[in-house]
Amino acid sequence: MLFSDSHILSTILFTPLVGAILMLFIPSNRPDLHRWMGNLFGFLGLAVSLPLIWRFDSAMNAPRFQFVTDSSWIPSVGAHFTLGIDGLSYLLVMLTTVLGPLAILSSWSAIKKREKEYYILLLLLQTGMLGVFMSLDFVLFYVFWEVMLVPMYFLIGVWGSERRLYAAIKFFLYTLAGSVLMLLAILAIYYYRGTFDIREVLIHPFTAQYGWLQKWLFWGFFFAFAIKVPMFPFHTWLPDAHTEAPTAGSVILAGVLLKMGTYGFLRFSVPMFPDATVKYRWIIIVLSLIGIVYGALVCMMQKDMKKLIAYSSVSHMGFCTLGIFALTPLGLSGSIIQQLNHGISTGALFLIVGVLYERRHTRLISEFGGLSTPMPNFAAVYLIVTLSSLGMPLLNGFIGEFTILRGVFEVSWKWAAWGVLGVILGAAYLLWLYQRVMFGNITNPANENLPDLNAREYATLLPLVALAFWIGIYPKPLFDILDKPVHDLVERVHPGYYSAPELTPPPTPAAESPTSMALPAKLPLAQVAVLPPPTSSRVEVR
Amino acid sequence: MLACFGLATLLLDFFLTKKEKSWNSLTAMLGVAFSGGALLLMYKMQGQAFAFGNSIIIDPFFIFFGFIFLASTALTILISVKYMEIEKEQHGEYYALMLFATVGMMFLACGNDLIVLFVALETMALSFYVLTGFLRRDRKSNEAAMKYVLMGAFSSGILAYGFSILYGISGSTNLITIGNAVSERSTRYGHGDVLTILALGTVAAGVFFKIAAVPFHQWAPDVYEGAPTPISAYVSVASKAASFALLLRLFLTVFWPVNLDWVVVMEAVAVLSLTVGTLAAITQSNIKRLLAYSSITQVGYILLGLVAAVNPDGTLHARGLQAMAFYLFVYAFFNTGAFAIIILLRHRGVIGDDIDDLNGLIQRNPGAAVVMLIFLLSLAGIPPTAGFFAKLLVFWALIETGHTYLAVLSVLYILPAVYYYFRLVAAMWVKESTDPVLPVISLAQKFALAAMVLVTLAAGIFPEQFLRLATYSILIPFGR
Repeated sequence: MLFSDSHILSTILFTPLVGAILMLFIPSNRPDLHRWMGNLFGFLGLAVSLPLIWRFDSAMNAPRFQFVTDSSWIPSVGAHFTLGIDGLSYLLVMLTTVLGPLAILSSWSAIKKREKEYYILLLLLQTGMLGVFMSLDFVLFYVFWEVMLVPMYFLIGVWGSERRLYAAIKFFLYTLAGSVLMLLAILAIYYYRGTFDIREVLIHPFTAQYGWLQKWLFWGFFFAFAIKVPMFPFHTWLPDAHTEAPTAGSVILAGVLLKMGTYGFLRFSVPMFPDATVKYRWIIIVLSLIGIVYGALVCMMQKDMKKLIAYSSVSHMGFCTLGIFALTPLGLSGSIIQQLNHGISTGALFLIVGVLYERRHTRLISEFGGLSTPMPNFAAVYLIVTLSSLGMPLLNGFIGEFTILRGVFEVSWKWAAWGVLGVILGAAYLLWLYQRVMFGNITNPANENLPDLNAREYATLLPLVALAFWIGIYPKPLFDILDKPVHDLVERVHPGYYSAPELTPPPTPAAESPTSMALPAKLPLAQVAVLPPPTSSRVEVR
Repeated sequence: MLACFGLATLLLDFFLTKKEKSWNSLTAMLGVAFSGGALLLMYKMQGQAFAFGNSIIIDPFFIFFGFIFLASTALTILISVKYMEIEKEQHGEYYALMLFATVGMMFLACGNDLIVLFVALETMALSFYVLTGFLRRDRKSNEAAMKYVLMGAFSSGILAYGFSILYGISGSTNLITIGNAVSERSTRYGHGDVLTILALGTVAAGVFFKIAAVPFHQWAPDVYEGAPTPISAYVSVASKAASFALLLRLFLTVFWPVNLDWVVVMEAVAVLSLTVGTLAAITQSNIKRLLAYSSITQVGYILLGLVAAVNPDGTLHARGLQAMAFYLFVYAFFNTGAFAIIILLRHRGVIGDDIDDLNGLIQRNPGAAVVMLIFLLSLAGIPPTAGFFAKLLVFWALIETGHTYLAVLSVLYILPAVYYYFRLVAAMWVKESTDPVLPVISLAQKFALAAMVLVTLAAGIFPEQFLRLATYSILIPFGR
């Protein structure tokens, strides 16, 4: 045992930062050294996070937050340096520590200028993102939340493609617009509660008796997260940022940054303002459904591979918010699984576009075609990633989308129907993209002698493929980890959900709790049509 | 104690004016260090002390502002040396005038008598007029000085008028006596007392001019642009802090009984400053003008701290004052820092105040680019910098005093601020360099930059000590 429980999170958090500081002292005319240092500290960050896997206790009676570090930071304002993780943040921390080093590795030959700054910024970004998922203090959380914008701005602005400055400042301003309102909400929470401790507010949420206050606070947080996710009307920064960012930036952006929005919903919006959540969830559900279908339709029309994948993120993240605000155990756990899936699949898709871009320096779909002949191994990997993204059984996407749709179905079959439409469209645009790029005859002579994947590219892609298979075939460990956080969340918005005698759907009568929405009557179809996979049924039995 | 230090500074002034060029700055630094030492001796003092027949009050408030003045004077001297050499205007008078201005500011922070305050204000202002026009061969500099003198004289007149009304109300020039008289009138006549309102209005207008708050801000961009760059920094930081000291002293003692009246004025001026400063800054292509407008915005935020210092029932809200003090303190460092970077860009033939002059700074001097980024983030209010905590305290105080709409409005003004500050960042980090000359940083400049970055980051990451200092300075003398 190298680390004591209370320091393990600090170690994970600050390893990339230490790397960045060390690299400051290496002269910038040694790009190779920077490359090695960046990768070294990237993988060191992954290595120090591995002990979490066997040290994290996912039992129902385990403490809610584990590995808690708590020390006084700014006594005058009552801010603490508090870190801690529950099942939800544990998975997202792991996602970050896995995707981070892969993104760094993928930049090995793609980044040919100003390597020093590049790797320093990537490592700083890593620390910022980990800090967001680990913080249990509002001020600390907010500091990490905003600090992370700066390196991302530079990653897009300096190493991006043609319209990079526009995309970078757009990204910065959009996300900042949401977060400053969140800052006010945080300060208002302090005004009413006298604490910046997130755990404290999680124990005593702002319920309906707070009247207008909880509604305003709910919306204050909502915009920050909705822009980050991004939900439908707030999504316009995403295609620009994704398209212009370098490959590693896109991977991090899609893989981790967007999850900060959904994480925010799960950590703050839902459990802290349960009644406002139930009251306004129809708005968010409608936005999610629009996002799912709209994102998918826009994908059909894209000429640029990266832009297509960016819009597919809008669609896929719509599933995540849909699952969250279905507010059923299946919807919630499915949503969290789908967040991991999206990180893995979309991260891999961006890596694949990066592979092509490095060879051809274009992302236009029409430039490609018939690539499966010169690059057979690439074709295989790409196919697996595509299938995982569109929700093929045996691969990860299926588990996430299926569980979400089942959870949503419990609430309303109409919502689920729109969701299914999104799945179908998703399959269509991803397969069509694959077809246009990989199949057919080689029409462009530049594609004839493209080299297949090299060892480094395998090293970035295969771990993601392995994770995709693992989640697709044996997701039980993930559901186990999520059991407790999901249980807590559902218990918060639908008190008495689990103690109800029957299984799905929850017989919470509207009269018993005036805040909970009247749930539609149970449809027999719900049990006939949906074959419960072993994993999801055990969630219900509980 | 104060007499000692004041005289010593003056004496040093006289010595140094006769000395040779590069020694001037050193002697000036000695003067600053000396008075800093004197202040440190007084630092632990808890109560108040009066001197010169109650015309001077020495309290933590004064000591705190004294530190700000000395720090910004020291920083300005450090960044001046090389600049004035390039301008070939290396005269002893320059540093002497700076010390005179400092003396004026000191008295402004500790004066307890209208006459003392007015004389101190004029001492400071006159020094600044001359300093602004110090580049004799530069037309812009002369024009700026002229403008500054005319506008300044006008505002001093208004302020003097306000002072005379105060004297008329109370028959005394002592602030404490006047405070009692105003309080008596306000209980007797209620809110509609014409004389008090008139005095309030004229004094406020005079001070708003000095802090460059809208609608009395017109001089600021021209003066900042025309003045020697170190003096731009000095005017925007030290003179502003001194005027805020005057503002706080007057409004928290003399005008405190009518605080619900002036809070409305402060709100309006703060919102106007935020709006005008932000809108004007977006379109600037000259960095000094941009920083001038941005400093008008910063004044708006600081004034909001004063707005938030008054609870709806007229009692004092400590966090608002704490926010103001913290803001003023850290602002002195990061704003001077931003100007210091412009000075680095100054070399033969290039003033360094055009945004394009920043192009590709990251390649020409990575250290300077990183440092400037930190200052700009701080100006914009992005963590982990001091500016973030300063703004956070202001918003917090606003929410606690029920000014939710002001809080939402002012927090949203961060967005355009980020936009225009990041135009500079983009120029430094993304654009290719157009200027082959590598900036050379002198030892003094390195030292000053290091100090400024240190404070900006330290107050952003571990603000505890700075918060305590702010609390100590403001709450003890005005802790009602």
